[in-house]
Amino acid sequence: MSPREIFTLRDYLGPELKGRTISDARQVVSLTDILGKSCLVGRFRELSGRSVLLAVTDQLISAIAMTEIDGVARRMLLCPPDLNADHVKTLIEDAEIDAVVTDQPPRWADAEEYLVMAVPAGTKAKTERATEWLMLTSGTSGVPKIVGHTLEGLTGAIVADGPARGAPPVWATFYDIRRYGGLQIFLRAIIGGGSMVLSEPGEPIADYVARLNARGVTHISGTPSHWRKLLMSGAASGFSPRYVRLSGEIADQAVLDGLSRAFPEASIGHAYASTEAGVGFAVNDGLEGFPASMLGTNRDGVEMKVEDGSLRIRSTRTAHAYVGRDAAALTDSDGFVDTGDMLELRGDRYHFVGRRGGIINIGGLKVHPEEIEAVINRHAEVRMSRARSRRSPITGSIVVADVILADGCDPSRSDEIREKILTDCRAQLASHKVPAMIKFVTSLDITAAGKLARHDA
Amino acid sequence: MSIRLKIISEMQRIAAEQQVTLPPLNDDLSLHETGFDSLGFAILVARLEDDLGIDPFTISEDAAFPLTVGDFVRAYENVPA
Repeated sequence: MSPREIFTLRDYLGPELKGRTISDARQVVSLTDILGKSCLVGRFRELSGRSVLLAVTDQLISAIAMTEIDGVARRMLLCPPDLNADHVKTLIEDAEIDAVVTDQPPRWADAEEYLVMAVPAGTKAKTERATEWLMLTSGTSGVPKIVGHTLEGLTGAIVADGPARGAPPVWATFYDIRRYGGLQIFLRAIIGGGSMVLSEPGEPIADYVARLNARGVTHISGTPSHWRKLLMSGAASGFSPRYVRLSGEIADQAVLDGLSRAFPEASIGHAYASTEAGVGFAVNDGLEGFPASMLGTNRDGVEMKVEDGSLRIRSTRTAHAYVGRDAAALTDSDGFVDTGDMLELRGDRYHFVGRRGGIINIGGLKVHPEEIEAVINRHAEVRMSRARSRRSPITGSIVVADVILADGCDPSRSDEIREKILTDCRAQLASHKVPAMIKFVTSLDITAAGKLARHDA
Repeated sequence: MSIRLKIISEMQRIAAEQQVTLPPLNDDLSLHETGFDSLGFAILVARLEDDLGIDPFTISEDAAFPLTVGDFVRAYENVPA
């Protein structure tokens, strides 16, 4: 029996398609002849069969290194740039890392047990095996979990969607490509025959949008928080992508409507995906939530059900395991991943109401902050909001909301807007969910993973 | 505006929001008779903390919660500046 054919990233990078590029704010690299080049200066053979930690400062070199390491190393752990240095030792042990690919060799000088390979900017690498792709969860506290994927699983949704219609897409994402949401977009660009424009940490949003325009970006993804930030910046005018995708957080009606007003020519879709559960589904009807008829098995073989209020997913796109000595089981005994994302059926659609772990407790009553934010965000005067608990000597805690007003909204109207928001909250939410206070703020923190920072969650 | 006036006007505002009809707020009125529930008081204490910068009920662990409107106002007036 001949071994099963292994597909790797380099199989999608032939010289046949001309003019493909990947770029960041500083350089443009051709994807058409990338296979002839190496950022590992031909040393990839030393990585054969090893467990490689990919810890490179910038996304562009990470992207090139991924195409070289896939199919050569036994496994490859992608490190996002904000990885806490205190967690590195644990992660190295858990993932049995024996090689580090980095652009900062001195940082790894103490590590004698593994090979450290520096990357400045050869020989052609050959596929030897199916590399295991390891990614880190984006939880806010503690050591992140290591999640094991295969390239086949990671690309399941992309292959199922088939090639984009029309001219080859130029993809961009607000995410870092070493996180699940960003990696999906990088893989879409590689597999779909397109090009890719990377985000740049700290780059002003207007400069980023100018770069997206200059490189002709047609398809772009980000979290609802990323998108609200773009809409707030005023930089969206003059940018007209064909496809706008949201994932990673709940896409409420307000942000979907805001995007369709800002990009009237674009199709706008929100996708459900997580590092553990993989890509679940995409919704393209412009409405928040998803039709209840999507539960069950869809045509791509993704099975979804609701149990104890949360979405459960079983498919070939989910991760196969958590990796490490004390790793918990990733799926239940039937192979379903519990996403921890809580759903509520309203009419014939399911709506995401929040994270199981993100519930705030108000005098013994449970509240999902996202549910309150969705009501507040519906106001035309509001761009973004965050509900959170505030300690109270009387009830233990109360709900308060921080609200960013939409551009051009006269701050002298704040009392009137506050009243309007509170009236709507009282009409639509149970009394313990109505914010006790509404504070107008000019910014809200976004985490490195592009999600609204929730300190009390 | 004195602390007392601030407290009274904030109570009137919350009463309007919560659709509570306040009786005349004299010092002897028990807090129970104001018609505020515990959430109403929690909101009041939080807003006063933002406004005045003090929360007399958290500062001291053993501070007894006041029984009357007069006690409540004095709890704020007696916090050392």
